[in-house]
Amino acid sequence: MKKIIEIFKKGIITENPIFVLALGTCPTLAVTTSAKNGVGMGLATMAVLLGSNLVISLTRKVIPSKVRIPVFITIIAGFVTIVQLLLKAYQPDLNRSLGIFIPLIVVNCIILARAEMFASKNGAGYSIIDAIAMGLGFTGALLLLGSVREIFGAGEIFGVKLSEAFSPAMIMILPPGGFLAYGLIAGIINWTGKKQLPEKDCSSCSINCPAKNEVK
Amino acid sequence: MIKDVIFIMLSVILVDNYVLSKFLGICPFPGVSKSLNTAIGMSGAVIFVMTLASAITYLVYEFLLLPYDLEYLRTISFILVIASLVQFVEIILKKFIPPLYKALGIYLPLITTNCAVLGVAILSVDNGYNFLYSVIYGFGAGIGFALAMIIFSGVRQRIAISDIPRSLEGLPISLVAASLVSLAFFGFKGLI
Repeated sequence: MKKIIEIFKKGIITENPIFVLALGTCPTLAVTTSAKNGVGMGLATMAVLLGSNLVISLTRKVIPSKVRIPVFITIIAGFVTIVQLLLKAYQPDLNRSLGIFIPLIVVNCIILARAEMFASKNGAGYSIIDAIAMGLGFTGALLLLGSVREIFGAGEIFGVKLSEAFSPAMIMILPPGGFLAYGLIAGIINWTGKKQLPEKDCSSCSINCPAKNEVK
Repeated sequence: MIKDVIFIMLSVILVDNYVLSKFLGICPFPGVSKSLNTAIGMSGAVIFVMTLASAITYLVYEFLLLPYDLEYLRTISFILVIASLVQFVEIILKKFIPPLYKALGIYLPLITTNCAVLGVAILSVDNGYNFLYSVIYGFGAGIGFALAMIIFSGVRQRIAISDIPRSLEGLPISLVAASLVSLAFFGFKGLI
């Protein structure tokens, strides 16, 4: 039980994939034009993470460690395809607004990082819990970023108009606003937590590549 | 024909820049843009792999996936093709062109998980380009990536010597600066 709480705390707060580890920045910036898109992307990623963590932890003893990265990527790509087809069938609007970032979940560092750091070392039960915790952390962060951008950029939240008195700044839902909102929120989190967000380097990446210590 | 080529190049380099307006390939962006040298090295590797990847994924899609109705395998096959392509390029460069390997080598493994490369492959299929246009699109996207990287490494060097609030140091200030660079690129929107 203690371990479960620990995993949840890690995924949502102390190792939040977006605001602490700074993983998966591309979808974070691209899809958070509204709170709804943010949540949709978060849940889609969580579904892939659940599937890949489960399968990888079940097969961790039969995958030779030399070829594990290609195997992981193939497993992840399989689940991404499933999620993509499901979204296309049941949520066509969401599929359209997330667009290319659905197939790009394959190269989202969070999923490969969890496969490498957690699922390949732990049992199926804990791996599922880890996927839920990390997925919630990711979804929560996307929801926060999406809400902030939607409120300031469109004056709405989940498509509901907030106030007539306030005229929204369009720029917040355009690309520059994405960078700005993410940067400022990360800054505010640093300020409240008095903690330094890691400079983006290779240390958060799980792939053991020769460039690891050279690219900083 | 020439007009189309210019159109594709302009739109992918300036108007719809991969890094600054499509948000593809952001992951290495704050990391390797710290100095001009790493920015140039990474950009070179990205241009090289993107051009090759868009050519090969076009052939895979057109001659393997389409004829056998396997379009749903697109994501899986593209990522595997790109991963093995990167490995292959690494081996070839190491064996035959050591100086180029020295310059680009350490950046190559990073590119497999760079979403810009997979993004180029998927977008050129989505846009319905033919072989030549796909290659040009891939090359242009690489140039756009390089442009953003190189401009941004200049900005980063200015940030390094300026006095900024402590809680904004590191990633946050890079993102705010990226926002301003992206805003500047917004000026190209009316170009085409």
